[in-house]
Amino acid sequence: MNDSAKPAKAEKTGASPAARPLFAKILVANRGEIACRIMRTARAMGIRTVAVYSEADADAAHVREADEAFPIGPAPSVKSYLVIENILKAVEASGAEAVHPGYGFLSENPAFARALEKAGVVFIGPPTSAIAAMGDKIESKKLAQKAGVSVVPGHLGVIKDAEEAVKIARSIGYPVMIKASAGGGGKGMRVARNDGELGEAFRTAAGEARSSFGDDRLFVEKFIEEPRHIEIQVLADAHGRCLYLGERECSIQRRHQKVIEEAPSPFLDAKTRAAMGEQAVALAKAVRYRSAGTVEFIVDAKRNFYFLEMNTRLQVEHPVTELVTGIDLVEQMIRIAAGEKLTRRQKDVRLEGSAIEARIYAEDPSRGFLPSTGRISRYREPLSGPGVRVDSGVYEGAEIGIYYDPMIAKLIAHGEDRRQASATLIAALDAFQIRGPAHNISFLAALLRHPRFAAGRLSTGFIAEEFPTGFHGLTPNEEDQRLLVAVAAVLHHRTVRREAQLSGRLSPARLSGGADYVVLMGREHLPLTVAETAGGHAIIGGGASIELIDGWQPGETLYQGRAEGKPVTVQVDRAGIAWRLGHGGISLVLTVLSPRAAELARLMPVKQPPDMSRYLLAPMPGLLVSLAVGAGEEVKAGQELAVVEAMKMENLLRAERDGRVKQLHAGPGDSLAVDQAILEFE
Amino acid sequence: MREILRQLEEKRAAARAGGGKRRVEAQHAKGRLTARERVELLTDPGSFEEWDMFVEHRSNDFGMHEQKIPGDGVITGHGTVNGRLIFVFSQDFTVFGGSLSESHAEKICKIMDQAMKVGAPVIGLNDSGGARIQEGVASLAGYAEVFQRNVLASGVVPQISLVMGPCAGGAVYSPAMTDFIFMVKDSSYMFVTGPDVVRTVTHENVTHEQLGGASAHSQKSGVADLAFVNDVEALLQLRRFIDFLPPSNREAGPVRPTSDPADRLEASLDTLIPANANKPYDMKELIEKVVDEADFFELQPDYARNIIIGFGRLEGETVGIVANQPMVLAGCLDIDSSRKAARFVRFCDCFNIPIVTFVDVPGFLPGTAQEHGAIIKHGAKLLFAYGEATVPKVTVITRKAYGGAYDVMSSKHLRGDVNYAWPTAEIAVMGPKGAVEIIFRADSGTPEQIARRTEEYRAKFANPFVAGARGFIDDVIMPHSTRRRICRSLAMLRGKKLDNPWKKHDNIPL
Repeated sequence: MNDSAKPAKAEKTGASPAARPLFAKILVANRGEIACRIMRTARAMGIRTVAVYSEADADAAHVREADEAFPIGPAPSVKSYLVIENILKAVEASGAEAVHPGYGFLSENPAFARALEKAGVVFIGPPTSAIAAMGDKIESKKLAQKAGVSVVPGHLGVIKDAEEAVKIARSIGYPVMIKASAGGGGKGMRVARNDGELGEAFRTAAGEARSSFGDDRLFVEKFIEEPRHIEIQVLADAHGRCLYLGERECSIQRRHQKVIEEAPSPFLDAKTRAAMGEQAVALAKAVRYRSAGTVEFIVDAKRNFYFLEMNTRLQVEHPVTELVTGIDLVEQMIRIAAGEKLTRRQKDVRLEGSAIEARIYAEDPSRGFLPSTGRISRYREPLSGPGVRVDSGVYEGAEIGIYYDPMIAKLIAHGEDRRQASATLIAALDAFQIRGPAHNISFLAALLRHPRFAAGRLSTGFIAEEFPTGFHGLTPNEEDQRLLVAVAAVLHHRTVRREAQLSGRLSPARLSGGADYVVLMGREHLPLTVAETAGGHAIIGGGASIELIDGWQPGETLYQGRAEGKPVTVQVDRAGIAWRLGHGGISLVLTVLSPRAAELARLMPVKQPPDMSRYLLAPMPGLLVSLAVGAGEEVKAGQELAVVEAMKMENLLRAERDGRVKQLHAGPGDSLAVDQAILEFE
Repeated sequence: MREILRQLEEKRAAARAGGGKRRVEAQHAKGRLTARERVELLTDPGSFEEWDMFVEHRSNDFGMHEQKIPGDGVITGHGTVNGRLIFVFSQDFTVFGGSLSESHAEKICKIMDQAMKVGAPVIGLNDSGGARIQEGVASLAGYAEVFQRNVLASGVVPQISLVMGPCAGGAVYSPAMTDFIFMVKDSSYMFVTGPDVVRTVTHENVTHEQLGGASAHSQKSGVADLAFVNDVEALLQLRRFIDFLPPSNREAGPVRPTSDPADRLEASLDTLIPANANKPYDMKELIEKVVDEADFFELQPDYARNIIIGFGRLEGETVGIVANQPMVLAGCLDIDSSRKAARFVRFCDCFNIPIVTFVDVPGFLPGTAQEHGAIIKHGAKLLFAYGEATVPKVTVITRKAYGGAYDVMSSKHLRGDVNYAWPTAEIAVMGPKGAVEIIFRADSGTPEQIARRTEEYRAKFANPFVAGARGFIDDVIMPHSTRRRICRSLAMLRGKKLDNPWKKHDNIPL
């Protein structure tokens, strides 16, 4: 019998609607993409789905996805998605037999798991005891050490004061890291390279921990240089079988927020992988783990790995594991929760190819990654197909609110190897159209195209090191430029030909044949010829020729064609008479003119953008609530100038320096666009 | 014979040289193109047929008889824009500062007369220092001849002015009477009296740009329909604009082939209206999702932003779009927005362009500034314009349609052909809160009563079905099907024939 066929067959019977489903109905205590993703698997297993939603989410994607939905309170998550009682009410009202918590919110809250248990409802996740055991950073480390898991050299205990910290630091050797016991998200963490730094680090970390978590307990451990974040996915059933499903490398992070994740890691060898996997399984067994879980490690440049923490839930980045193993983790979680045995054994777990996930956030890379909100006026996902998966929790016309995580979607690509997966992902990003809130798609493409990423030389400092001043668009290389200039020429040529088909002409138009153009890129003039070929156009210029074949029609916002036989996708927006093109992290504004018009365009003056430093600009779109000053008034630095209401928050705008108000450009009650002038100084 | 041909070429070359190399360079140094270069960019390559190249002025005073330049400061003729006929005059600042002489005016009048005869738009590229002072009253007479033709051509052929340099004093009244005025930023200005006179009379210190530049007129006065960055952009955008216009009031507008399906559904429009009735949304998203290829040519985008006007296409045919903009002043009607929309509606009606109106209007803007500024008369202009228009009129009420403003915005009662409402529409005399405060004034002391009454009123009137029951609304439509429904209505209306009673002309409240 074929070993690998067995589990596949078992899964198939489960997915068949004819068989009795494991649960009649599951409630998903979450929102966004993860709620949608869990519901899709549940439905495929013949299970009815229940959504819960806050007032802000009444129209959200996960509510549309579910068979039924129950309101659980006001928009802030502390009043809705985090209120155990409200979720329990929805469970009762819906008659759901089990609850999947997703990630975040109540997913790692032992009280929630306990409350469900008490109500006789199945929690699709680990036992309460395992959640609790892994919930505390110090306790979990002690447990790990006991289970034979490699931990970062350090002192597994709460440190009384800076003096004790110095003593420990000297024993394990600098540099060291001070961490809050209750920490997370980078808060209460400090690096120290000598005794002096350590004293200061101890004080600030304690203060931050107290204000962020109300708990100033700290511990100290060795600081790993050039660290990589690599985690092991485990899957354990209630009958004592526990598997590891390979690793995920999540080193590309921005301020401890993962941005790009992949499986397998380009850094691990089979031996290290197995060693990490076995230790992860040992830890899971030690806490009698059940369900899917993740053991996070930090890996140094010599492939030494150290236990970081265990996440007792489904991870955001789980799809990369699903793509390389072919295992649906949500399905397995549901089966395990229903008491089924794992059918696979460790040797059945095979990693095939490479998968990379990019997290698409509503944030503006050009403004220091400021979160962006608002209505998504255009939303077109790339076609899901072989090698491309989109997990999203929005739709065209949905609202990105201020209350929740600004993640719009996860785009995941699978390929035979890392290079292919990366190329597929970049192409899919090129085809992903989002208008409305700002987003990081071009930044993601730039990350993937970075030579250091391609070489697999990753560390958690990657973004800080390679993009120290943020991201302001990728500068096109010669090949990019040649391609985009050629695409602009074809867009323009097709548009010119179409305009010639207006009715009411004096004489018939010439509808075929080539033409000469000049493409303006900034002040640079690039002359070229567009010639029609059998299947498309040849663009000849600058001593080179490129053939583009496409079916683009005027008005389409996505150019998809083949350049020299290779597929190419470019986002197309009109900007007056110019074309704004987006491709591979590059954004270019190109104007295509006839040679004569280009010659005359050279006579046009270069206009300096107005000096905006004399203006008070709206920092975000919003409503001008009040103006505290009038024209002609003297103001002092720090004085209140205006109040702008945005995202339901009143933002006080103050004078940056002394001066006199020359003119008011907006009045109370006006809606302001971002960067709109509110008033002008002399 | 060869010699005669050569002489012709020489004469032509002299005319083409305009004011000479030095003046051409000076014009370029100011970031402006010459009159001839402008015509070249506006028209299709090789299509321009010049007239009156050899016209010279007839003035003998102040030594003018010694200064004659063929063409006399204006280039006139006809050409095509994307194959369609236009007439054009382009004032040449390099020749006598583009000043208007009697002969210069005659050249303009000649092409205007011809344009009206054959039915084609007149495009004026203005760049003139003003009257040819040396000619005295003959020059003023020339202006008046042009003005008179502007008046007669109004409503017969589209007239567009692109102001690309100075345009001051009486000269402004020719563009003022054309249908659309476009300007070029930082290099054009229009005013009746210049900064010097202003300083003497009112003691205001103001620059040309501040007084009558493109920004002033596109943001503050509303005189300019659009302002462009430079000559090249202005001329290329003008070509795009001309593509929307019918050649005259006798002929149908142009049709542009499109691959955009008439039955395209836009699911996202079902969530355009926010749950909170006081929250604004961007009406431009609706417009862009309805018109072909999201190609909307907006006019006066920076003036009276509480109303949106502009051209789009549906199934390739030009439509005029008028829409309240909830993002600005809640989309209410005021003096500026009423005037802005009224003139646009009348242009569409003149040239048989169907009008699509999107309504979300809470009423007229209150206040002394409005009342004393004659909102009564200005608001009436929009009412009048819609009421007299006989072109196909399709209206979609998306949310609020309150009070008199409901009547104004292309309602059924003003001969709206097809009036749709979204399920979110609220068609009533006023908002529930205001209404209850008046009807149930006695209950004003008891907030619970008022709240209950408000809910009652909301349930009864804050919907499209009361209007639907009377047939004031033809159908309540799903937002996602808006494009399909409008396209079908306009297709049905292609044969519309409606005449107003015979009159010499109407008396719109100016």
